[in-house]
Amino acid sequence: MRKGWIFVALGVAFLLVGSYLGLFVAPAEQYMGNVQRIMYVHVPTAWNWMLAVLYAFGCAIAFLFTARTKWDARMEAGLEVGTLFAFLLCCQGAIWAKPTWGVWWDWDPRLTSVAVLLFAFLGILALRGFVDDPQRRAVWCAVATIIASVDLPIVYYSVKWWNSLHQQQSTPQTVSSSFHLPLRLNAFGVLFLMIGFIMLRTRIAEMRLEREMAGPPVSMGEGELA
Amino acid sequence: MLAAALRKELLLQWRSRSQMMAVFVFGASSLLLFSFAVGPNAEMLRTFSAGFLWLGLLLSSTLTLSESFHAEMENRALEGMLLLPSDPRALYYGKAIANWLQLTILGVALVPVMVVLYDAGTMQLPRLLLIIALGAAGLSAPGTLYAAMTAQVRAKQTLLPLLLFPLIVPALLASVKATSLVILGDPMQQSRAWIALLGAFDLIYWSLCGLLYGRVVEE
Repeated sequence: MRKGWIFVALGVAFLLVGSYLGLFVAPAEQYMGNVQRIMYVHVPTAWNWMLAVLYAFGCAIAFLFTARTKWDARMEAGLEVGTLFAFLLCCQGAIWAKPTWGVWWDWDPRLTSVAVLLFAFLGILALRGFVDDPQRRAVWCAVATIIASVDLPIVYYSVKWWNSLHQQQSTPQTVSSSFHLPLRLNAFGVLFLMIGFIMLRTRIAEMRLEREMAGPPVSMGEGELA
Repeated sequence: MLAAALRKELLLQWRSRSQMMAVFVFGASSLLLFSFAVGPNAEMLRTFSAGFLWLGLLLSSTLTLSESFHAEMENRALEGMLLLPSDPRALYYGKAIANWLQLTILGVALVPVMVVLYDAGTMQLPRLLLIIALGAAGLSAPGTLYAAMTAQVRAKQTLLPLLLFPLIVPALLASVKATSLVILGDPMQQSRAWIALLGAFDLIYWSLCGLLYGRVVEE
């Protein structure tokens, strides 16, 4: 529990320094002006979101092979943090898109893949909420997480092909060195924040599992009633 | 073993064919409703016809998929079958193939409705059939796996689409694009690439879901 809070504090500190540098010290971007400064949180969130998805995927595979509940708790944390980051990414992307492209939403492959995975993860979290038997819940969520994660690259490339027939979006410009420091600081800030969140959330999931295992046995024959 | 499982599924579907008829009426009426969303604009309806066809099929598929496990949940039939000295994968593929056949038939049956309502005819019938078959396969492989999970929990009607819809985005996209190219004309020969994407999606999920099914139904 303690270590998780240390990571969260470290992440907040990095984010404060990095965002200060990004907002007040780094020069404004030539074409997009101050709007571009959202990059200092958007890009780090995107990188770490991918890490969170990979982490949940890894935990799901580890659970299916070992059947140890600690991997289930870790997967739950990864899923929830991945969902949170995907939601943040969609919001930040929309905020950035409105002044830049003139619309809140664009069928850009990255934006669309994040949105699709956000809904896939929300579905898995809903499944978690509806299954009472901890063993079954863990296996099913691991299976669903693997299936959803495998879908991510397919969604990305199919949307890319689909969209390229309509219009081609400009890719983010290659970044000049004066932008590097705030971006790096914030990348580590979000990374530490994510690690802290996952650790704290894993602990909560573990405590819940322990309580469920210790409690009265789950009634059998649920399928009959349904 | 696979043949026996498939035979059982097909028999089950044949005996509940009135249910299939009801699903078809559901799909056809959703096609009718989509046209009210656009308005009586013949040109627009024709442009969107492929999307409407696939949305209609997708909505109907949630009914047939969840229904396919309904019989297994009565009298714990699923548990009984798992006690047999057989591979759960055979049970999965039997059910998935049966669902695939059912969805393909449903898709083919919805085509005349689409042609009449949206004036979206085509002469490339073999290609259209191929797209419908591949798209139905993309729906049925993950759909059967998720139906096996959601049939055993409360709120199954809500959970199945919640899990299935985000997942099949690539298959839906490719099916709509390929169907639309077949109906509206394909000067750049793009439909081949979309059919290939659909085939790749099917290949990935038919193998992956078969591997994972054993874990989903184990006790």
